[in-house]
Amino acid sequence: MTAPVIELTDVSRRYDEGPPALDGVSLRIGAGEAVAVLGPSGSGKSTLLNLVAGLDRPSSGTVTVDGVRVDGLGEAASARYRRAKIGMVFQFFNLLDDLTVVDNVMLPAQLVGTARAVARRRATELLGTLGIERHAAAYPGRLSGGERQRVAVARALMNRPALLLADEPTGALDTASGEEVRQLLTDLHAEGQTIVLVTHDLTLAEACATRTVQLVDGRVAADSRLESVR
Amino acid sequence: MSALGGVVRSGVGRRRVQTVVIGLVVMIAVTAAVLGGSLMVAAEAPFDRAFAQQHGAHLTAQFDAARTTAAQLAASATAAGVTEAAGPFPITTITPAEERGPVRPITVVGRADAGGPVDAVTVTEGRWVTGPGEIVLHGDIRLPPSLQPGVGDVLSLPDLPGGPALTVVGVARSVSETAGGWVVPEQVAALTAPGATAGYQMLYRLDASGTAAQVDAGRAAVQASVPAEALTGARSWLTTRTNSAGNTVLFVPFLIAFGVLGVLMAVLIIGNVIAGAVSTGTHRIGVLKALGFTPRQVVRAYTVQALVPAVVGALLGVVAGNLLVLPVLAQTNAVYGTSDSGVTPSVNVLVLVGALAVVAVTAWAAASRAGRLRTVEVLAVGRTPGPGRGQWAARLAARLPLPRPVTLGLAQPFARVLRSATVVAAIAFGAAAATFAVGLGASLNEVRATEKHGDVVIFPGRPMSAPPPEGGPPVEGSPRVASGPPPAPDPVAVVEAITAQAGTAGYSGVAQTEVTAAGLTSAVEALAFTGDGAASSYEMISGSWFRQPGEIVVARPFLTATGTRVGDSIVLTDHGRQIPVRIVGEVFNPESRGMQVLTAVATLAAAQPDLRAVEYFVTLTPGTDPAAYVQALNTALSSVEATAEVVEQEAEEVLIVINTLTTLLTLMLVTVAALGVLNMVVLETRERVHDLGVHKALGMTPRQTITMVVASVVVTGLIGGAVGAPVGVLMQRLTLGEMGRVTGFELPASVVDVYTPVTLALFGLGGLGIAVLGALLPAGWAARTRTATALRTE
Repeated sequence: MTAPVIELTDVSRRYDEGPPALDGVSLRIGAGEAVAVLGPSGSGKSTLLNLVAGLDRPSSGTVTVDGVRVDGLGEAASARYRRAKIGMVFQFFNLLDDLTVVDNVMLPAQLVGTARAVARRRATELLGTLGIERHAAAYPGRLSGGERQRVAVARALMNRPALLLADEPTGALDTASGEEVRQLLTDLHAEGQTIVLVTHDLTLAEACATRTVQLVDGRVAADSRLESVR
Repeated sequence: MSALGGVVRSGVGRRRVQTVVIGLVVMIAVTAAVLGGSLMVAAEAPFDRAFAQQHGAHLTAQFDAARTTAAQLAASATAAGVTEAAGPFPITTITPAEERGPVRPITVVGRADAGGPVDAVTVTEGRWVTGPGEIVLHGDIRLPPSLQPGVGDVLSLPDLPGGPALTVVGVARSVSETAGGWVVPEQVAALTAPGATAGYQMLYRLDASGTAAQVDAGRAAVQASVPAEALTGARSWLTTRTNSAGNTVLFVPFLIAFGVLGVLMAVLIIGNVIAGAVSTGTHRIGVLKALGFTPRQVVRAYTVQALVPAVVGALLGVVAGNLLVLPVLAQTNAVYGTSDSGVTPSVNVLVLVGALAVVAVTAWAAASRAGRLRTVEVLAVGRTPGPGRGQWAARLAARLPLPRPVTLGLAQPFARVLRSATVVAAIAFGAAAATFAVGLGASLNEVRATEKHGDVVIFPGRPMSAPPPEGGPPVEGSPRVASGPPPAPDPVAVVEAITAQAGTAGYSGVAQTEVTAAGLTSAVEALAFTGDGAASSYEMISGSWFRQPGEIVVARPFLTATGTRVGDSIVLTDHGRQIPVRIVGEVFNPESRGMQVLTAVATLAAAQPDLRAVEYFVTLTPGTDPAAYVQALNTALSSVEATAEVVEQEAEEVLIVINTLTTLLTLMLVTVAALGVLNMVVLETRERVHDLGVHKALGMTPRQTITMVVASVVVTGLIGGAVGAPVGVLMQRLTLGEMGRVTGFELPASVVDVYTPVTLALFGLGGLGIAVLGALLPAGWAARTRTATALRTE
């Protein structure tokens, strides 16, 4: 395995009551890997993703991403970490409805302080790469689900993140749109992008991932490499 | 618990911010309304109320003790038309030599206690007399305290055998002005000069006293009940009432305006916040209706939900208002001579019921509207605004060369225009009210400033003790007893001393007399000036200051009463001599209700050749130390029987009232407006929490989040300020115009134009300040919101 981009060591996450969402999970993911985290509802998939994204903190254990100890970051440092290292794609896109497509894509760069013109060039380039540049001036509400998810992917890639996190990226899409997104992620991985995706969709996992991690009741039940998935 | 009760309880409990905001707003509004209402009550016919509170004497009569007996006078209480009487009280006149102020004879009445069926005197300082050697003085509200003896001072009576002295043990106020001082009855004989006629005073209340004829009838009945020629003098309460108003004629409308402002603020702000609070629950109303709640149940639930915190807030507000009103009433009592001791119960009840009625009606109306909507429509309300709302603003803002969090925030108000309009209204109201309150206060300060006719005043009489040695400190605790009454001042010597004194910029000498004018039924006061300084100490409205004998300047009420205009000629009668004069100017002069004639001494010389200035006002050159000037001038005046004093500012009791109220009301208005903004921003933040989560997931730092939320109120704050400040100015102009109309005065520009461009800009920016103040708290919450939680929120 190459040098790990993500390293979770004995990570647990407990909420107020009930069993732990994650229980002693240790995981190393190398650069360029595409890992699909699988498991039934409540198995801890989203919690794992939130911890890696710095959206949540573990109750115990350590989370290191691209050399950064994420578990101890404050809110501001965590935000800066996400800008620099992470691109996120959500099941329901989470695009801002009152911004145009290009403004949505530009936003992460602008939060870093990138000049508008520079950010616009990069956004336009990404939209072109993803085949949706014609929608640059449109509002997300006018796009199809697949197109919206492409916009979300473009936004996630805006700051050239070391890691792309995708939470059920095809979960809200029809078959055709789902296929588009599957292909997009496969292409991104082929270009060397490290990807962690959380999904119920085995087809998606098989299409995009080089490795699957099976979570059951907050523990790693299986961790297997897929050969020749494409 | 019923379903309805559960909804109310959860609504009150879970929407804590809203509950607290409603409670606080109602509390502050009720406090302001109690204050305002009390001021309105205090300002309503203050003399009549004070007169009623003290059971004032409709007729104050004086009798010659040599021509009647105490028993005969006591029997006069049964004269026709007399309902109550007090006395007989022995009466005499003393001429004390005291340290402060001009020497004046004082009518002293022997009264064992301050109370009684008629003229229940209010002791405002110290205590009532308990034995010989003590005196309680009547506090003259028209004189500054520095010119009146105070508690502890000693009045020496060198003219009387043995040179007795009286210690001032109290200051009291008789609205009927029945005496200048009171001693114990047995003291009066010792205070009566040998050969002087002893007298008695009787105080009567009449069953009919509304007109001069009715009081005259009472007087005649009393006169008929005592031996012939026993009655040596009588004073009608109507005369006292006419004279009592003095300068307070202008204060009454000011205080009423403040009162109205407080009450209006209460009504508008409560309505605004309650309507906002209910509208925030619109989505929840949709959920309740989907569960089977009827529109009537929804309306009841939301009305009660608003009333729960409102009742708590209103009760706390009444308590706060009653506490805050005490120092304010102490000041209005000092100004009006009233003895109000607290909030009138009717004001408390009216404010409490009124405030809760406003809450209930507003909540009912807002909830009714939501209750009538179709459930599916209501469910659609209260979500993040959909596409199409304010997108043009977002596009435009995105192009601004500002950090992205700022431009994101700037565009937000345009997504919900109606709600933003409500925030603008709250801010505009706060800015307008603050502008109005501060402007009105400044105007009154200017009114008072017009009454200051110099930096130093010189009045007849000498200081009680010799000035301290050069450079030496005044001797503390030394008795302040004079060696004898001072002789009349020599005007030539006074003027020489003034003009020789370094630091004198100008001076005016003032002689006071009475004249009658054609068209007037009673005499008016005439101030006759010498010197060159008077012209600059009065605010001219039109025309010019008099330049030569035969010219007069007057105020608008005089012009109105005589039916004249500037430029007209009129005949004054002084000591039976007719003096034709020309009105050359109109001044702003609230003294004597504007019924003063100002002219040169030479104008009245034909009628009063010996008319001399009694007081002098000196204007100092800039940079002159008034205290040092007065000390040097008093040294120069030591042989002249005149005393110089710095014109004191401490007597401006009404200014303390106004400035206290201005500060209090402005603070309350700003707080309430900021609470209105807070309420709306909390709602906005709650609704946008999912978007907030997205922003944070994309890397928005807490500082950027705060910037975005604060920026979201910048536009509304600026618009609110820009609208509110001019409205405040307009309100101030309208109020002053109305005050001028009611009081009969033409107000000078210095009183009306109190705003400078800089202060106006500050009031405008104050709107932004209010908005930012209200947004800071929810901005902090937004920054602290956990990203994962926000993203899960739908």
